[in-house]
Amino acid sequence: MTTLTDPPGGSFRLSMLINDTRYRSYTFQFIALMVLIACFAYLGSNLVQNLRDAGLNISYQFLGEPSNYDINQRLVEYDSQSSHWRAAIVGVLNTLLVSFLACLTATAIGVVAGVLRLSNNWLVRKLMSIYVEAFRNVPVLIWIIIIFTIMTAVMPAPRAFRGEDAEATMLFGAFAFTNRGVYIPKPILEPMGWFVLGVFVTSIFGALFYRRYATKLLYDTGKLLPMGWPTLAIVFVPAILIYFILGRPISLEYPVLGGFNFTGGIQIFGSLIALWFALAIYTGAFIAENVRAGIQAVSKGQTEAAASLGLRPNRIMNLVVLPQALRVIIPPLISQYLNITKNSSLAIAVGYMDITGTLGGITLNQTGRAIEAVLLLMLFYLTISLSISALMNVYNNSIKLKER
Amino acid sequence: MSDTHQHSVVFVRTDMLPEQEPPAAERGIVKWMRQNLFSSIPNGILTLASFYAIYALLSGVMPWVLNGIWDAPSIRACREILQGNAGGCFAVLTERWNQLLFGFQYPEEIYWRPTLALALLFIALAPVLFSKSFPRQLLIFTGLYPFIAFWLIWGGSLLVPVFALLGILAGYMVYSRYVAQSFAAGFFGGIAAALVFWWITGFLPTENVLAIQAVESRSIGGFMLNLILGVVCVSLSIPIGIALALGRQSNMPIIKWICVVFIEFIRGVPLITLLFVANVVLAYFLPPGTTFDLILRVIIMITMFASAYIAEVIRGGLAALPRGQYEAADSLGLDYPQAMRLIILPQALKISIPGIVNVAVGLFKDTTLVSIISMFDLVGMIRGPILASTEWNGVYWELFGFAAVLFFIVCYGISQYSQWLERQLQTDHR
Repeated sequence: MTTLTDPPGGSFRLSMLINDTRYRSYTFQFIALMVLIACFAYLGSNLVQNLRDAGLNISYQFLGEPSNYDINQRLVEYDSQSSHWRAAIVGVLNTLLVSFLACLTATAIGVVAGVLRLSNNWLVRKLMSIYVEAFRNVPVLIWIIIIFTIMTAVMPAPRAFRGEDAEATMLFGAFAFTNRGVYIPKPILEPMGWFVLGVFVTSIFGALFYRRYATKLLYDTGKLLPMGWPTLAIVFVPAILIYFILGRPISLEYPVLGGFNFTGGIQIFGSLIALWFALAIYTGAFIAENVRAGIQAVSKGQTEAAASLGLRPNRIMNLVVLPQALRVIIPPLISQYLNITKNSSLAIAVGYMDITGTLGGITLNQTGRAIEAVLLLMLFYLTISLSISALMNVYNNSIKLKER
Repeated sequence: MSDTHQHSVVFVRTDMLPEQEPPAAERGIVKWMRQNLFSSIPNGILTLASFYAIYALLSGVMPWVLNGIWDAPSIRACREILQGNAGGCFAVLTERWNQLLFGFQYPEEIYWRPTLALALLFIALAPVLFSKSFPRQLLIFTGLYPFIAFWLIWGGSLLVPVFALLGILAGYMVYSRYVAQSFAAGFFGGIAAALVFWWITGFLPTENVLAIQAVESRSIGGFMLNLILGVVCVSLSIPIGIALALGRQSNMPIIKWICVVFIEFIRGVPLITLLFVANVVLAYFLPPGTTFDLILRVIIMITMFASAYIAEVIRGGLAALPRGQYEAADSLGLDYPQAMRLIILPQALKISIPGIVNVAVGLFKDTTLVSIISMFDLVGMIRGPILASTEWNGVYWELFGFAAVLFFIVCYGISQYSQWLERQLQTDHR
């Protein structure tokens, strides 16, 4: 931008700080900075004054002290003699666990519901829109509490499974739904089991490699190799063969009723299930709307053009509609994942020990270190959000339409 | 030719036949069902599965609703009346409706005051929401409404809201006097005038002058608390959000970075941590000895939270405007405040209305989170005093169903309004 009039010469006058647009912005920024510094100084001096009056100080020493509370749902070793820091780690892992599970489930629910909302079946369309509206318009906290109530007040107690004519039975003899949580079989890996697992993971990569090779062959020579069944075969056949050759090194430990409770297997507490499913179906309703909007954003002309080229319907979907729809769907999808992670902090309402429940809940109440605990808590969530948004920016740049 | 035909052919029809109806499979409900429900075999299976799902749902819920007990003193009485049959114990709603709606400490004899405030809210919102069908003069009432509602809900002396209103009027008069010279002078002069006016009137005795029964903030609860938090925080956060969005778009680096850091920080943390701040941390940052209402602290934090989200929505609207609009405003010789007020913001806000409504709905749902810091909103009332009482311990579905229905009605209504408004505002021809 160039201006025709040259800036008038002459000396700088103080009034130009207000009246001259070239200097005014400096004045405003200076004032803003001063106001900001004054605010922080005021709040800080209040903080110092208050802490001195209460005889407190800011210190993170409490993180090293024993926590004196127990956490039932945990992924790493922890007991009540562990430190508060350890409790916070358990909380972080629990947050990540429930967010991960809920993200997967919400995506599955959302994609199915979003596609079904565009179905040409009137009844299914209406049912799906009822699902979306019902779950989008009721607070997620209410859904969490409702599912938690189902898990604790409606499910039978473990003793209902006892006796000849028990009131409750285990599903497939392996899954027990009780008011103390859900018991599922636990895989036991003997040393050779790890080998089978390794083979399985390797063959997944092998399958991916095969698909890339087939695509390349298709683009280079036009020769079409089958994709579907070879992928399945490469993934499963070697692992299953090795499994039997090595003499079944992986077994399942089933939960059994002993005493007043089930033993063995993996116990998933009701609080985790409540949080997981409530977040999944609540966010699934939002994802369904994103998916629907993404598919509708692909203009009908694209479908028709593909059809007029002679593509079959499933190829139209895979090669023409989905690549364009995903460009619209994925950014809001990732921000929904972010929402799941932040909403998982509602765990504290049902007593699931995530980071909010440990660091922001019991640790805070026991030690009274409110400022430190809340600061750490915010830092954790901020780190997660900022790293996910950074990833999203990278992705958005990579799929941006390359224009001239 | 016709002569030969008459002799060679036995019968020739000379007039048209009346139109036949299409075959039964191609008309009416049968055709509709074939097209929409059973167009292919997978679709048919899907339809049958859906019918089964509906049947399973209704057969579970209908007896529970229809056999519901609406008049009983406690859950045990309910169970005695039902004698093991399926049925809901809706008596909890008829017994405790006042607690669910108003909280358990709000004086019963003045329930009419918040109810009246709610009714007036609709009148105040009408000219804003349906600007075409209501006269603009009603906007004066909208401006007066916050003071009326405050007086109705919290009670106390009439002079408090009147002085607050007069302070704002004084500020507005100073603003309109000086805005022609410079927006900044008018704006800051107006704020200064209002503050001076409030400072002076702070010395006047307002106790018992034209007073109605005062209610303390902590007596406010139930769904009323959700509504108050939702309405107050959304309306406060829109102006703050506009300021933040403009700040983020600004080309003054310091102001831009202050806004970016604020917005990204607030959007990066869950609301519940901000509520923790309101509950346990904020007190450390206030001058020693000041006591601050919890409800006020919560309003401050939720407003900050909402304004960051609204700022992002409005920034989207600002970015969606073509550059030509900014350049046209500059070429007309408008300065920055004029360009924003007269050209940019009216268009940008119009684009961002659906987003703002989405934020408002989300925020209203999030007001239930205050139950976690032990405030007795609708969810807090249910989980606290009602489910903990000996009479109603165990009545889960009726209470949570009631809460879900209340929230659904409000949120669904708002989102339907937003879709309607989007259609109204669509000025491009498509």
